[in-house]
Amino acid sequence: MAFLKTFKGGVHPPDHKQLSKDAAITEAMVPELLTVPMAQHIGKPAQPVVKVTDEVKRGQVIGESQGFVSANVHSPVSGKVKRITECNTPLGTKTQAILIENDGQDTWAEGCNVESNPENLTPKEIRSRIADAGIVGMGGATFPTHVKLSPPEGKTIDTVLLNGVECEPYLTSDYRLMLESPDTIVKGLQLVMRAVNCNNGYIGVEANKPDAFKIMEKTCKELSSSDARLAAVMLEVKYPQGGEKQLIEAVLNREVPSGRLPMDIGALVQNVGSSHAIYQACYLNRPLTERIVAVTGEAVAEPANLLARIGTPIGDLLRHCRFDEEKAVKLICGGPMMGLAHFDLEMPVNKGMSGLLALTDASDWDFRHCIRCGRCVDGCAAHLLPSELSIIGESGRFLDAEEANVMDCIECGACTYVCPARRPIVQWIKLAKQEIMKERLRKAEQAKAV
Amino acid sequence: MDWKALSIALGSMAGIGAVLGIVLAWGSKRFFVKVDERVEQVEAILPGVNCGACGFPGCSGYAEAIVTSEATMTLCSPGGAECAHDIARIMGAEVEAVEPKYALTACQGGNVPNRFDYSGVHDCRAAVVPGMGGGIKHCTYGCIGYGTCARACPFGAITMNDKQMPVIDEEKCTGCGRCVEVCPRDLNRIDRESRTVFVLCTSHDKGAVTNKICDHGCIACKKCEQECPFDAIHVIDNLAVIDYEKCKLCGKCVDVCPKGVIVNLRKERRARKQARETAAKEATT
Repeated sequence: MAFLKTFKGGVHPPDHKQLSKDAAITEAMVPELLTVPMAQHIGKPAQPVVKVTDEVKRGQVIGESQGFVSANVHSPVSGKVKRITECNTPLGTKTQAILIENDGQDTWAEGCNVESNPENLTPKEIRSRIADAGIVGMGGATFPTHVKLSPPEGKTIDTVLLNGVECEPYLTSDYRLMLESPDTIVKGLQLVMRAVNCNNGYIGVEANKPDAFKIMEKTCKELSSSDARLAAVMLEVKYPQGGEKQLIEAVLNREVPSGRLPMDIGALVQNVGSSHAIYQACYLNRPLTERIVAVTGEAVAEPANLLARIGTPIGDLLRHCRFDEEKAVKLICGGPMMGLAHFDLEMPVNKGMSGLLALTDASDWDFRHCIRCGRCVDGCAAHLLPSELSIIGESGRFLDAEEANVMDCIECGACTYVCPARRPIVQWIKLAKQEIMKERLRKAEQAKAV
Repeated sequence: MDWKALSIALGSMAGIGAVLGIVLAWGSKRFFVKVDERVEQVEAILPGVNCGACGFPGCSGYAEAIVTSEATMTLCSPGGAECAHDIARIMGAEVEAVEPKYALTACQGGNVPNRFDYSGVHDCRAAVVPGMGGGIKHCTYGCIGYGTCARACPFGAITMNDKQMPVIDEEKCTGCGRCVEVCPRDLNRIDRESRTVFVLCTSHDKGAVTNKICDHGCIACKKCEQECPFDAIHVIDNLAVIDYEKCKLCGKCVDVCPKGVIVNLRKERRARKQARETAAKEATT
């Protein structure tokens, strides 16, 4: 057997994907009342542009992007603005939110949901379509897509990678999308390639999804042309294979230098879900108002892949899948490795929520001292020394952590997963990063004052 | 024994030693840097805890800054009045009396219920890193209760009580401000001894929300605002805020506050000040 492409490091958690991998994507019920958060992306939160009692249509901009690193927010249904309030978000923050009363009509706003042919769009027009549609990284990072597609002057992108790896256990939303809608994904990829003016496009798929790989390979072959070469790449099953830098290392054998971005080495990575959303924005004029959420876990009786409107309370989705509130001990938005635990069933679905897990087994973090076994060092996908970083974080010497390159950590959680002393390594790393950022801010302010 | 080989070794070692000794002796004279001896004297007076309250890198940095007139003599809060006085004696200058400063925690919400189970790192700063849920308690403004300030205090002045709230012992507190730096909720503040009226709440939640979750949270009822004869306290964004420019520390707001959010520390502080003054008098006589 030929060796599959992969990166150095990584771990092998059991994937638990059998729970929901055979459930076809179904539409979730649209609730009476939707809570649309204004901060669903990294960057500045959007600003509400509607008032209470205003009538809104589906796809209408209700939150306007603030500055370049920000994204528009659109109404997921037609109805009436009931209240402007605060809500918890899956990013673990509180933010302003618009409550919309659904009128059940689902009328699209003017100009939305109209088929169009994007053949003649210029790269700039594609980028502005994507920005207008409020598309963000849908794998969970929620970084505004139009920013990624606008490399600064002097930097060229030669390869676009689509991330169909979905290396997180339990999650199946990207997998189902690849099976059920391969055309839109590949057409979205072509649009991205045109937007950044490059000819090479790859789709990375892990070897545990051979059917998805086959179908992507076939579609790529069909749509490939001489000025847009497309190919699917099968990758070794390993976590975090779907990390941006890890995917680049596996497919292109290039390493992103410390403190730099993929665009510095000519690569651009997009999630397959984002690619699908880009297709919808450019071919159908549909802004991002819904996404696929894998609702799964041992405490869910009927795991499913639901097409849910942004703003649907997660409690509704869980109840739709007959979730056992007694049995569930932990609720996670995203995957079990990087996702965040939540406590609020009223919290709305946002653009980055790839999964919703109700787990019956919650580990207790009764941690011990580091025994220097080095398993975390072997597993670290960023080639750092997590054991050292955890000890530094625990003792509060945050500036030493900076010297140990803590800022290069991608917070994938592989180290914490393999640690036999059950040390919450990633939390210490996050703490060190936070304190370093604070210190940098303080220094910048001091420099400004002088 | 080979005396010859031994004498060569000894002789050459002695020779090298003598030459290097001469070079060093010459070098130390030639490159002598005159240190102001006052720096050492001042450093000896400073408490030596390197707390950073003065804004200089450690006590030696501050001592140097004083001697080079970069800094005033009253910045050392752990040392207090006595320290400033001694420094002034060395520098041959006069200082005004330094008023002691104390830290204070602006939260009394020990009874606020929990929102979820937390089993991560027991450090307040780690509990609020993005994605950790922002603290276990229902109030997202108040004390998280993992005692980061107590561990950071170089004087052991902060202890955590049975409700997981910090208690500051003003006998030990020197107002150095380490607890202010480490608190992720920005609850600790340093203020001078004579300022005695404080609002011990930072919640901007609406009154009804605060009322439900906290026994000692500001519910923005505005009773203090109506009672104040000097127009010195106002409810801004659901929280009473004292304007110390106008406040005469009369304590009327303290009496009307239905939740006991506003406190007056005058009595305790006056007693402690008197005790301190009598002790100082006894020491001089």
